[in-house]
Amino acid sequence: MLVGLLVLLPVLRLLWEAGDATVLGRVLDSPATWRATTNSIAIAAGATLAAALIGGPFALLIGLTNPRARTAMSFALILPLMIPPQIVAIAWTHLAGSGSPILKPLGLAPPVGTANPVQSAAGMVLVMGIEHAPLVFLALRTALRAIPGDMLEAARASGAGPWRALRGVVLPLCLPGLVAGLAMAFVAALGNFGVPALLGVPAGIPMLPTLIYRRLAGFGPSALPEVAVLAALIGLVACLGIALQTILQARIASRLPGGARPLAPVPLGTARAPVELLAWGVLALLVAAPLTALLATSLVSVYGLPIGFGTLTLAHYREVLALDQVGRAFANSLLLSGSAAALLALLAVPLAHAMALAGGGGRIARAVGVLVELPHAVPGVVLGIGCILLFLKPLPGLGVSLYGTLWIILAAYLVRFLPLALRPVQAACAALDPTVEEAARALGAGPLRRLVTVVAPLVAPAAAAGGLLVFLTAFNELTVSILLWSQGHETLGVVVYALEEGGSPTLGAALGVIAILVVLTAMLAAGVLGRRLPPGVVPWRN
Amino acid sequence: MPDSVMQNSFHLDAVPIRLERCGKTFAGGARALEPLDLTIRGGETIVFLGPSGCGKTTTLRIIAGLESPDAGGRVLFGEEDVTALPIERRNVGMVFQSYALFPNMTVTENVAYGLKVRKIARADRARRVEEMLDLMHLGEFAGRRIDQLSGGQRQRVALARALVVRPRVLLLDEPLTALDAKLRDSLRLEIDRLLRGLGITAVYVTHDQGEAMALGDRIVVMAKGRVAQVGTPREIYYQPADGFVADFIGTMNRLGGVSRGGTLSIGSATLPWTGPDGRVELLVRPEDLALAGEADGHLDGTVAAAVFLGDRTRLVVEPADGPALTVDAAGRSELGRGDRVWLRVDPARLLAVP
Ligand SMILES: Nc1ncnc2c1ncn2[C@@H]1O[C@H](COP(=O)(O)OP(=O)(O)O)[C@@H](O)[C@H]1O
Ligand SMILES: [Mg+2]
Repeated sequence: MLVGLLVLLPVLRLLWEAGDATVLGRVLDSPATWRATTNSIAIAAGATLAAALIGGPFALLIGLTNPRARTAMSFALILPLMIPPQIVAIAWTHLAGSGSPILKPLGLAPPVGTANPVQSAAGMVLVMGIEHAPLVFLALRTALRAIPGDMLEAARASGAGPWRALRGVVLPLCLPGLVAGLAMAFVAALGNFGVPALLGVPAGIPMLPTLIYRRLAGFGPSALPEVAVLAALIGLVACLGIALQTILQARIASRLPGGARPLAPVPLGTARAPVELLAWGVLALLVAAPLTALLATSLVSVYGLPIGFGTLTLAHYREVLALDQVGRAFANSLLLSGSAAALLALLAVPLAHAMALAGGGGRIARAVGVLVELPHAVPGVVLGIGCILLFLKPLPGLGVSLYGTLWIILAAYLVRFLPLALRPVQAACAALDPTVEEAARALGAGPLRRLVTVVAPLVAPAAAAGGLLVFLTAFNELTVSILLWSQGHETLGVVVYALEEGGSPTLGAALGVIAILVVLTAMLAAGVLGRRLPPGVVPWRN
Repeated sequence: MPDSVMQNSFHLDAVPIRLERCGKTFAGGARALEPLDLTIRGGETIVFLGPSGCGKTTTLRIIAGLESPDAGGRVLFGEEDVTALPIERRNVGMVFQSYALFPNMTVTENVAYGLKVRKIARADRARRVEEMLDLMHLGEFAGRRIDQLSGGQRQRVALARALVVRPRVLLLDEPLTALDAKLRDSLRLEIDRLLRGLGITAVYVTHDQGEAMALGDRIVVMAKGRVAQVGTPREIYYQPADGFVADFIGTMNRLGGVSRGGTLSIGSATLPWTGPDGRVELLVRPEDLALAGEADGHLDGTVAAAVFLGDRTRLVVEPADGPALTVDAAGRSELGRGDRVWLRVDPARLLAVP
């Protein structure tokens, strides 16, 4: 309950600030506000559709049929979610720009001096669509996993062919999962900062997060009341999205028996090879090509030259690593994401366990469940502004303000990534045999002893996996950090963004590649851990 | 197992248990257990028997302290009212169908857990664990991890873990159900000897009537949250309180008859009978029906099925009217489908359904 309130506090503080009538009137009267709002809604909706078109087919392919190398395929599809948006955006700018190391040799690059085609509304829809396709993919695949295999077999036994049975029985049952994934993708797109900042601002397309950032960067804390209104506006749109999700889900909800054997994959037969080829082709285009462009940009001696033996160099890596702020940012990001990961992993165990004990039935338990999921429904910008407001004034009793320190970023990370750490542990707690703990009770062990000696050792791998996911996501975090950083307290995400913005594309690319390598290492570590975990804990394992 | 060990250092207190008006209504209003009164004598093994969902586990969990009875219900261990005590403070031993061993600990660590909780000194702890492992023939597995044990070994570890703390009562919820048939028989014998040797009060839950008959000093037959009958295995078998108990325990035949003026007519036969006039429904065990000749038989019918069981052949006989009857013939009997047979009924063995 306490933890739930902690999540709620920044949001409440924000609403309080946004409630000021004069500021409210001024902001709502401004045409800039409405232009940014309509842009945000339209582009987030477009990105959601794109995410569905990419993530949906992959979920059906991997969840229902039998392509080879499904884990690798999931991994490749989920990769963009793990790579921070600003780096994906930078990668696409390099891929599609006039200096493209891939398109230029093919003669396909746009002529020098013309606008970069991804720096447009369509570009943002595409990049955010790719970035958030994994959310649709994961939600839909989880739903598919919950469908009992007997159901499909029963449909087939009554004479329906495999595809007809899929269409008639399975698809309707997984619609709620699809809707949940769409809602997540919509909220994520709405709150995204990296993509609008790098692709929208150059094209003169303002969106709410970038508008907030510019006001705050331009006017400092004096702009806070105004910015709070804008953030509340994002929150409102997100709430509308979630409300729509709830309504849709109530309409199509279906109760499924738990614990059933999952669906057996439908063989693709002769279509297998072509379908696999198509899937990998799409992944190469959407994921591998921009990352290759990023890598090439970071390795070429002068930006815009074709890559070859003569132009290959590691100089940018040497240069970027020697920069003061880069070293600082590495240290800061390591410290922040490391401590957020460790704290949340530790916190997740008692929390998830208490929630499992309370069961899904009680009203309080349900309320806590909603609260800890809240950060997922609250766009990062909203949370960031809420945290500034909350911590700007000195802490009561302590007399020091967190604003302008690293700790405000840590506080925001803790709130923002709590669900990420909690979910795997919740899954592990749900999979625990309740009689094991009852046996410990019968032997006289009290709650704390049971938690430490019985529950914690059993869910430790899941907590570690959750911690790794937090580390992975927090290490390159931009949306919250860009609002909360201060001189000397940069994070890696902020520095990558600043380098690209500051006109050092090769340095930005080099740092981006390094960041991706760190992410990949952590993902592989999570994958190794994942072998010992129940399915669904490590997202890309089947 | 060596009887000397059990009798010398390991005889447990025999605490009687009393349930007074213990009912259970779950959130949502489902009534799992009607208010129940029951006294379990010290040292007695009592078996709760009934079909799945009848409330056996709920009753066991109320005794354990894992569920609390509805308001008004009381649980007493001896003279002590433990209703308000959580399971941690009741000092009960529990054994589950799923073993519920701690997978992160070795056999020794599992058995030592309850002693550690009780802050028993290390040397004493080691001695008691070793003694317990020997008693359960687990000495050679002491250092093993749980996933390196077979099902039967796991359940023996669970028993050792529950008993080493010298609980006031041992509670077992379908401890053999997860095992295959052979292991089930041998572990059942072991549990039987253990319970008799220790003299502990034990509550055993099962849906298997064979287990109940073999282990129970008394059996509590349950149906739909109610107690249908409490009695020794013999009482339950030979004097079932109602049709449900009769059908649930063993095989029971039903005969329709008409009672009139001190006689009972079944089929073409007339037998001496005391009871009010009118139609009566009668129960009779297969072993109380005998094959007879045409002259001395009471009923006749046709063999519909014959199942060879080795020591006997079980026949299903369809009389001219009324439900089919099950009767046992000698193992070497040549009777088969379609043969005409005559059956004799011993009137002393007929039970009228109340
Ligand atoms: N925690 C619970 N919540 C709601 N109903 C329950 C709960 N536990 C058991 N029941 C219900 O109570 C009844 C008796 O269950 P139980 O005692 O487990 O039966 P048995 O052990 O005889 O199979 C069943 O109908 C079961 O569904
Ligand atoms: Mg049960």
